[in-house]
Amino acid sequence: MSPAVKTVTTLPDLGPTTTLQLPTEVEQTLPNGLTVIAIRRPSVPLVEVRLRIPFGRAHTARAAMLTQTLLSGTDTMTSVEIAAELQTVGGALSAGVDPDRLMLAGNGLVSGLERILEIMAEVLTAARYPAEEVATERARLVDHIQVAQSQPSHVARTALLQRVYGKHPYAVQMPEPEQVKAVRPAQLRALHSERIRPAGATLVLVGDIQPAKAIEAAEQILGGWAIGGDVPASKWALPPVPALVPAPLSVLHRPDSVQSSLRMALPAVPRTHPDHAALQLANLIFGGYFSSRWVENIREDKGYTYGPHSAIEHLVAGSSLTVAADVATEVTGPAMLETLYELGRIASLPPKEDELEQARQYALGTLRLGVATQAGLAGLATTYAGFGLRLDHLAEHSARLAAATADDVAAAAATYLAPARAVTVVLGDAEKIEAPLAALTPIEKAQQ
Amino acid sequence: MERFTLANGLRVVLAPDRSAPVVGVAVVYDVGIRSEPEGRTGFAHLFEHLMFQGSANLEKLAHFRHVQGSGGTFNGSTHLDYTDYFEILPSNALERALFLEADRMRGPRLTEENLRNQVDVVKEEIRVNVLNQPYGGFPWLTLPPVMFDTFPNAHDGYGSFTDLESATVPDAAEFFEKYYASGNAVLSVAGDFDVAEATVLVERHFGSVAARLAPVRPGFDEPDLTEERRTSYTDRLAPLPAVAAAWRVPDPIADFAGYLPYVVLAEVLTDGDASRLVERLVLKDRSVTSIGGYLGFMGEPFEVRDPTALLLQAHLPPGGDVDKLLGTVDEELERLAEDGLTAGELARTQARMATHLLRDTDAVLSRTLRMAVLEQQRGEPGLLNELPVLLGAVTEEQIRAAAATLRPQRRATIEVIPGAAR
Repeated sequence: MSPAVKTVTTLPDLGPTTTLQLPTEVEQTLPNGLTVIAIRRPSVPLVEVRLRIPFGRAHTARAAMLTQTLLSGTDTMTSVEIAAELQTVGGALSAGVDPDRLMLAGNGLVSGLERILEIMAEVLTAARYPAEEVATERARLVDHIQVAQSQPSHVARTALLQRVYGKHPYAVQMPEPEQVKAVRPAQLRALHSERIRPAGATLVLVGDIQPAKAIEAAEQILGGWAIGGDVPASKWALPPVPALVPAPLSVLHRPDSVQSSLRMALPAVPRTHPDHAALQLANLIFGGYFSSRWVENIREDKGYTYGPHSAIEHLVAGSSLTVAADVATEVTGPAMLETLYELGRIASLPPKEDELEQARQYALGTLRLGVATQAGLAGLATTYAGFGLRLDHLAEHSARLAAATADDVAAAAATYLAPARAVTVVLGDAEKIEAPLAALTPIEKAQQ
Repeated sequence: MERFTLANGLRVVLAPDRSAPVVGVAVVYDVGIRSEPEGRTGFAHLFEHLMFQGSANLEKLAHFRHVQGSGGTFNGSTHLDYTDYFEILPSNALERALFLEADRMRGPRLTEENLRNQVDVVKEEIRVNVLNQPYGGFPWLTLPPVMFDTFPNAHDGYGSFTDLESATVPDAAEFFEKYYASGNAVLSVAGDFDVAEATVLVERHFGSVAARLAPVRPGFDEPDLTEERRTSYTDRLAPLPAVAAAWRVPDPIADFAGYLPYVVLAEVLTDGDASRLVERLVLKDRSVTSIGGYLGFMGEPFEVRDPTALLLQAHLPPGGDVDKLLGTVDEELERLAEDGLTAGELARTQARMATHLLRDTDAVLSRTLRMAVLEQQRGEPGLLNELPVLLGAVTEEQIRAAAATLRPQRRATIEVIPGAAR
């Protein structure tokens, strides 16, 4: 029997370009300084909640312990009661910190929004940091840090941050176990009192909500969160990140490692910088997605690695670009050779039109994917808010991506992706990788 | 939700949702780690890589470039009982995704060069995720050989380097011929599209794929344990002890009603600070740093067939006592079985589970994939929307009865001895 349909042998055209649909953000800043942003996406009967509190320059170990114990009990609730009450409305909250901000994040059934906000308010205004719970969480955090320090990705990143940021507060993002062991409940209460404040904080609510009503609820429940001390926010402002200082490639010894972790930092610009869209496209063409030159080269042609990636990271005090690959020990030299070659190539020669169009379509398309869920919208709105941006920035950024020319991309690549500007660390079996790396570039053996 | 079967046996599920201009496309084949031949550990996963290496009308690299150049992302993954391939794209690229999946369903380009290249890539994947990583493969690769005796259930699904290096192009051709049949696959599409238009597109691209029947799937059942099994190994990179324990559970498909209480039980035991084992072991006794509980070695309660298990997995503080910990777990399970739940304990656990399930379905890709597997294993993609209610109907009596079956003599345990302890 012959097939009913003739086989299609050529790639179908795309349909008409879909428009970027951005939901409306309703926003209000409460008298206590808390900004509330509410976004309606009624796809499922849930709500996503993100509270972002500026936390730059906070003591690393105390900040980590504070997030670990923020939900460990209040004047009226134990940690178990907090968790049980949240569960009752299908909810949960967790706290996290990075060098810029503290985040209290969660989700739950939309019918429980008010209850979730009430528990947040309770925690923000009456967290108690009980000695027993602090002791438990201190030990857990120490264990957690020990495990992190046994992971090559963590060790390599830590070394890279130190070389990139020097004396800047961003240089150390996870405390040492000894520092954690020294943290006391009184210090956590003091840090809370000083920094867990509504001024400059942003609450983002996304889900099956009526934005005006959600903001009203937030105002009612969090309006009483006290403004607090008179320390001006400028006291915590971070200095701009230092410029990258090119240095010899740094080799970190990991005895008997079966892979080498290659990590390079390159300069980058903030989201609002005129070069940002062109740099994003240049990075995509180089190594920022699977169909990039670098990934096609070292994975799909050479088989040196599984998941190489290159990405721009934005922090409040500055942006950077990180190139990362884990490669078999025996091909560490050749993998570095190809990496330097691909960086050199994009920094020296303009991209081809079809490469640029492919990267452009990817950048524009994935913007749409990123805002297609409640959690995606909540994450993006919160991140943007931390940089003083709103979701409409996506539309502006789309327009810049659409307009960037091959010349713009070549200029950005020459400026930011030049391998001579890179700061590089390689974590691996130094006895096997030093000589092959030294054949390509000056190296130094890192102190550990 | 629309379901139909093409003349060649390909089953299709369509679930429109116009809330965002994106579309997910997935093809799921009914073959996984349990079906790979002896002497070819890791082959199902290696073959998944080969499905991305080109097909009749697509050169090597073309698949990736076409998906990403249309603004989408892609991946594939190999599981115990199935292998999935998927894209999520702006909805104007739907037809492209269907073309790409149909082309490789007719047959990948299997060449010696691509095979060798992907063996190298898979070896790096294993190095980065297992060999160069503390707790690598724990417990999903290390516990099955303790619990099970037969090759399909017990072997290392990532594969040994020897087996991977021994793989040949004819092996791959045979594997494709046997398992990658139109009758052994499900196509699932969810998101922003019109059902009538999508039906035409599906027929246009997949209608001419040759009709091939699904192979007969053997049963992989094994007898339950009648005495405790326990083993340990030293992980040279791990700084702290860890342990995982598993108990067999009812057949997730043939005895779905008997299986559901175990899914809820895992959450009663380990979901958050107010759960039984977190409260006792983490907060009160401080005998563990963290503990998790879940169904299935890959943590997919509704995407796995029999035999499978309920797992508990814990990391211990330095010098932690595994025997004592297991004793406390037994004690807590007995207490749950005998004394039952506290007021509100079950309802709040079920409420949180409903949130997890709903949140998962908000993402078009996750909806696409889960419907495909539910269709494949149960002929019931609509179950996705019923799960919150079904889990919410599990009773206290059922939880107690489930807890009562988790006895030490039915338990398989693997302990990680920290080779990098300070």
